[in-house]
Amino acid sequence: MGIDLTAEAARRRTPTVRGPSEQPVVLTVNGTHHAVALEPRVSLLDALRDRLGLTGSKKGCDQGTCGACTVWVDGRRVLACLTLAIACEGRQVTTIEGVATDGEPHPMQRAFIEHDAFQCGYCTPGQIMSAIALIEEGNAETDEDIAEFMSGNICRCAAYPGIRQAIKDVRDARERP
Amino acid sequence: MNTAIGRPVDRVDGHAKVTGGARYTAEISLPGLTYAAVVGARIPSGRVESVDASRALSAGGVLAVLTHENLPKIAGQPRLLPSLLGAAAPGQSFFPMQDAAVHYAGQPVALVVAESHEQAQYAASLVDVAYRREPSITAIDEGRDRVYEAQRLFGGLMPGRDERGDVGTALAEAPVRIEAGYRFAANHHNALEPPATTAVWEDGRLTLYDSTMGIRATQLTVAHLLGLPLSHVRVITHFVGGGFGSKAMTWPHVTLAAMAARHVGRPVRLALTRAQTYTSNGHREEQEQRISLGATRDGRLTAIRHHKLSITSHFDDWAEPATGVSSQLYDVEHYEGVHSLIHGNTMTPTFTRGPGETLGVFVLETAMDELAYELGVDPVELRLRNHARTDPRGNPWSSDGLAECLRLGAERFGWHGRDPRPRARRDGDWLIGTGMAAAAYPVAFFMPEQRARARVYEDGSAVVQTGTQEFGTGVLTVATQVAADALGLPLESVRFEAGDTDLPNTSAAVGSAGAGMVSAAVHAAATALRDRLVAMAVTDADSPLHGADPAAVEVADGRMRLRDRPETGETYADLMIRRRLADAEEVGSWTPPPLTTPHGLLTFGAQFAEVAVDPGLGLIRVRRMTGVFAPGRVLNPKLARSQLMGGMVWGLSQALLEGNEMDTRHGRWGASNLGEYLVPVNADIPEITVEFVEVEDDVVPLGIKGVGEIGQVGAAAAVANAVFHATGRRLRRLPLAAELVMDPPASS
Repeated sequence: MGIDLTAEAARRRTPTVRGPSEQPVVLTVNGTHHAVALEPRVSLLDALRDRLGLTGSKKGCDQGTCGACTVWVDGRRVLACLTLAIACEGRQVTTIEGVATDGEPHPMQRAFIEHDAFQCGYCTPGQIMSAIALIEEGNAETDEDIAEFMSGNICRCAAYPGIRQAIKDVRDARERP
Repeated sequence: MNTAIGRPVDRVDGHAKVTGGARYTAEISLPGLTYAAVVGARIPSGRVESVDASRALSAGGVLAVLTHENLPKIAGQPRLLPSLLGAAAPGQSFFPMQDAAVHYAGQPVALVVAESHEQAQYAASLVDVAYRREPSITAIDEGRDRVYEAQRLFGGLMPGRDERGDVGTALAEAPVRIEAGYRFAANHHNALEPPATTAVWEDGRLTLYDSTMGIRATQLTVAHLLGLPLSHVRVITHFVGGGFGSKAMTWPHVTLAAMAARHVGRPVRLALTRAQTYTSNGHREEQEQRISLGATRDGRLTAIRHHKLSITSHFDDWAEPATGVSSQLYDVEHYEGVHSLIHGNTMTPTFTRGPGETLGVFVLETAMDELAYELGVDPVELRLRNHARTDPRGNPWSSDGLAECLRLGAERFGWHGRDPRPRARRDGDWLIGTGMAAAAYPVAFFMPEQRARARVYEDGSAVVQTGTQEFGTGVLTVATQVAADALGLPLESVRFEAGDTDLPNTSAAVGSAGAGMVSAAVHAAATALRDRLVAMAVTDADSPLHGADPAAVEVADGRMRLRDRPETGETYADLMIRRRLADAEEVGSWTPPPLTTPHGLLTFGAQFAEVAVDPGLGLIRVRRMTGVFAPGRVLNPKLARSQLMGGMVWGLSQALLEGNEMDTRHGRWGASNLGEYLVPVNADIPEITVEFVEVEDDVVPLGIKGVGEIGQVGAAAAVANAVFHATGRRLRRLPLAAELVMDPPASS
């Protein structure tokens, strides 16, 4: 993608100073708009958990090393603990609470239960957000790819073989006509 | 009737966990909630000279800054005892912020409470603490002139020394001797959910939402520390994001949260940061072990000497007990196990998965591999030849299964026909090796009476309750299975509730004892209720079962019926509606057999691993692992397999990845995050095979010996023995370092 060098684009790129006090922010999460007051330093993870009561995204390290907070922003997986909430204005945020359809669990959620791909469950929402995205990204073609591209999500209970099997099942079910 | 137990049913809490619906401690929302942040000491030894809290206090949203100058004194310090005992269980017998002394880096020296999480964290960074540093000892190498032999461990519960026969003479006379020393770096649990506590006071009564493996232990410990009647402390824990020992004891932050909430008059949530977990909930201590094996030329062990040296805190004689397996697994007449300690400037270490025995068995089973090479005997055969038929007191095992595990494991893994010569197998740049180890872990029995309650409603559904907690073991699922079978109800008609000290009490779920003791209590309660309802039916003139012998009645799908005439009977619901009973309830309890039971108590298993080593790059990759275990009755093979596999991964990780080094200049851990302290990720873990050997055991509760620890024991030794087979290098330091397997060998 090329860089837009017009004057209008330059004006749009000029940063606006907001904060340090609380700012009105509209977050769009799982298709719903939420008007909240947030300091600019509040992470997307803390905004989801503490302000919106969406506690499915987990805080394992708060420093981008464990993957438990994985959510999607405009369809891409990101670490919510390293993302500022205010930077997500105008974007679509999807969390584990938003992957079911009409109350029906996502096939990946069902596959995780079937393959016992978790124990304590704390990393599970992040694992599932990565797992679904992995297939969309085309990074679930081989066993090696799955292992590699799931390696940003730590499971201390070590359910890794079950996680891989769940992903393969969902991938194969999609490919079947 | 036995329909749910033994079936691989899905987790009953699976839906909550995959949808984000499961609420963990730091996710409980309460009106008026405030947030606490801990300030940890930056020095390992010395004093707090002064605390300037003025900048923190003037920062936005700050409600209070607590230090040793204004925090109330605790009412009393309980003894350090393992939480399984059912008494107060502080992680260490030192409570911070009572005076200016600093005993370890990270020790809480101030606590900030603010309106928001961000405000508390920011204000914590503004608390200005001035220290006077004094000399410290934070690693074994700094304290070698201060070694002492531990008389007792765990608050006096266990002896530090275990001996029989004359080990010195036996070793001197042994035709074959193997002797070696080992070094092990400290390990941190790194449960993915950092410990958190939310404290709420109401009318002098305290409610704690706590991330713990033992709500009862939290209740007892906090009540003791604050001088509160037990009835005034309630602990609630629905879901816990992993424990592995880090949440087995009650650490100071729990009580600090309660003290802070009392101070500000509002609910307080205290969630530790990832970095703080390295200095707040114990760790597996840095340690050295030394083993000597004496054997005959035909491969019979005659003597074992097994010594451990480790570093503990200034206030507790804590050591993971490392000799419980080496003293029992093999039939050896002369034995000496000794634990030595150095007092140092760390917090008190604590239980870490497979406490003690996982490293004790690493040492034993590495030495056994060496002995096998020395004698030219197959390693599996050497174990079979020496496996003890009884415990050292001469008591038969409550159940055994080691030989079956070894044989089945060898078969499944494809052990037979292995060329034992090191460096004999190659795959491109990779040297390939296979290794094995025996596994055993003590069955712990020192818990008090365990209780549960069962209730059947007139619609025929049941709720069964006990005060345990779910941290990944699957206890909610297996307790539901046990209750369903005992009541004769379908699984979906039974709801199991836990996670509240207002429910009937059970001990902390530690030491692989959780499933057994909870199941035993649930079984007792459910059976008592079923018996009561059956008794009601056979004495009810309006019941089709009137006059029947209760022993001739069975219950299936909620219907009581004659065993030999199933058409005669009625449902619980029919009986209860007719008798105008909205519900019926019974409490049941289970008390463990006395510690003097004339049985040896070990769980057995066998581990096999294949590794590939790139001697050019120093890479070690585990290609496959097979574990075979005999854990007694398996309530749910799907969940048990997961837990055993998780243990095997912990063993792999202990061998290849995990270790923290102390920076002795500053007396602080070198690593305090998951970027620097390595834990396995998906790509590190190969396919793993877990198999069971069935053994019947009528000594342990419901025949259950537990699966929490045994999966880890022996796994690291199997990996290291495979590395020897691949490279010819005997590795005596964990985690295994790349330079040790590189060609040419590093001179170290």
